[in-house]
Amino acid sequence: MLAPGFLWLIFFNVVPMFGIYMAFTNFNPGIGIFRSPFTGLENFRYMFVLGDVKQVFFNTFYIAVSKVIMNLIFPLVFALLLNEVTHSGFKKLVQTVCYMPHFLSWVILAGILAGIFSFDGPINGIRGMMGLEPFLFFGSSKAFPHIIIWSDVWKEFGYNAVIYLAAITGIDQGLYEAAAIDGAGRWQQTWHITLPGIRTTIVLLAILALGNVLNAGFDQVFNLYNPSVYSTGDILDTWVYRAGLKNFQYSLATAVGLLKSVISFVLIAVSYWMAKRFANYTIF
Amino acid sequence: MVQGRSFGRKLFLGINIVVLCLLVLSCLLPLWYTLCISLSGKAAVAGGRVSLWPVDFTLSSYEAIVKDMGFLRAAGISAGRVILGTGFSLTVILLMAYPLSKSVREFRYRNLFMWVLIFCYLFNGGLIPWYIAMKNYGMINTMQGLVLAGGVPVFNVILVMNFFRNIPKSLEEAAIVDGAGAWMILLRIVIPVSKPVIATVTLFTVVNYWNEFFQGLVLSTTEKMYPLQTYIQQMVVTLNMTNMTLEQYQKASQLSNQGLNAAKIFVALVPVLAIYPFLQKYFITGITLGAVKE
Repeated sequence: MLAPGFLWLIFFNVVPMFGIYMAFTNFNPGIGIFRSPFTGLENFRYMFVLGDVKQVFFNTFYIAVSKVIMNLIFPLVFALLLNEVTHSGFKKLVQTVCYMPHFLSWVILAGILAGIFSFDGPINGIRGMMGLEPFLFFGSSKAFPHIIIWSDVWKEFGYNAVIYLAAITGIDQGLYEAAAIDGAGRWQQTWHITLPGIRTTIVLLAILALGNVLNAGFDQVFNLYNPSVYSTGDILDTWVYRAGLKNFQYSLATAVGLLKSVISFVLIAVSYWMAKRFANYTIF
Repeated sequence: MVQGRSFGRKLFLGINIVVLCLLVLSCLLPLWYTLCISLSGKAAVAGGRVSLWPVDFTLSSYEAIVKDMGFLRAAGISAGRVILGTGFSLTVILLMAYPLSKSVREFRYRNLFMWVLIFCYLFNGGLIPWYIAMKNYGMINTMQGLVLAGGVPVFNVILVMNFFRNIPKSLEEAAIVDGAGAWMILLRIVIPVSKPVIATVTLFTVVNYWNEFFQGLVLSTTEKMYPLQTYIQQMVVTLNMTNMTLEQYQKASQLSNQGLNAAKIFVALVPVLAIYPFLQKYFITGITLGAVKE
């Protein structure tokens, strides 16, 4: 029964890992990976001479860490607000609508956002009514990281709240009744019962997010960026794509990709270890 | 005092409902606006006169799509990919998850396989080595490339496996006493009682295959093999955002057919909206049950 799955893993996952050797050579597609001249760590040395790789590392880190933080806070706030709604029909409606963007692709959402934020689109229409000059959102390297971070928060806040809502449901209702008898208001109940009740969940999600500090979201950036925002918007994955598959710098692109994979792997391993240690959580 | 608190509470609830309504609108209006653009006349769109209702209502954009061979071919490729891919992916996931859901006592090498699986989940060779391997396998411009490349999402295997582990042992033990083998137990007992997680994983798989654009881009050298999302990414999204000066940008956006682009975008998201009610019914139970074990 295991054969099909593990054969797939070998062909599509393990075999490509041997291609990592490319990162230590000056790869020439004409003569193959293992006959290309071995250059040791030359590609890694060269990547740090290139100013743009350093910038790309910084961009990736900045966007990814901002997303991690915002994607922890906003879904939590949303879950707490939703928990205060007593009308179950309204609650269901809000949930149904707010989970939806998660399931739409960034290709589609980029097309939609491009229309809304375009030069003659509705957002600039509103700016016009307020007497502001129209603004070319996707041409501004200053605005671009904000667009990336906030559109991601918008896409995922509903979906990310699912786990918080499940945790809130698990809190013993008797605690709220006891607190109400003691004269605690809703505000105090939230602060002293709900938040402590889901503290483990919050800590766990924060720990597991550690593995994402170099994942700025390829699909999103790739569909929204353009050369005029490369200075702040280019991330490791998009850089590797262009260097490797557009400019055919196979070895250099593999080296940058490998560095990212290794750092992420170490971070995830650490985060799983911490999750086991502090939240007694294992994924398998 | 009590009076004051209840007023504050009412005020809070009122503001809360307003905030939640704004969030709901933020999720709905972008889609609605795109629909309105796709249903409006070309002049009205170019003049920026469309906001939240179609102006000069017309179906001409949709009529153009129906005649657009490139679009139809891409949609056909995506549909075929979803059907073949979901069949393949689901079969492999179920076959893999069942033995791995056993304890080490029942399946001696379980942990070895589990570590391999987790390692493959957390580490990969990166884009370039993967691409070169795909090229060597002859996966370029083929349907098997589009289907197989994303075939076994490890996360889904773990979701199903954790669900299987929570099935009461007694169910299987009764079948073993009756002489059923492993295949029989998987088909007749484990799969029938695992409907929520199988529904969840099926829907995730369908949505993932439908939404996937990057492998479609990298594994195709001709637009004749693009799946729909890749086609839209190349034809619609990229055109909007190339590096241009302000005047060039304005000129280009007036020339490009925004109504047609909006219609293409809308058609591509309709299948996801269509299965969304089913998705919504299952995915919360599927996720919460699959994410915890014991």
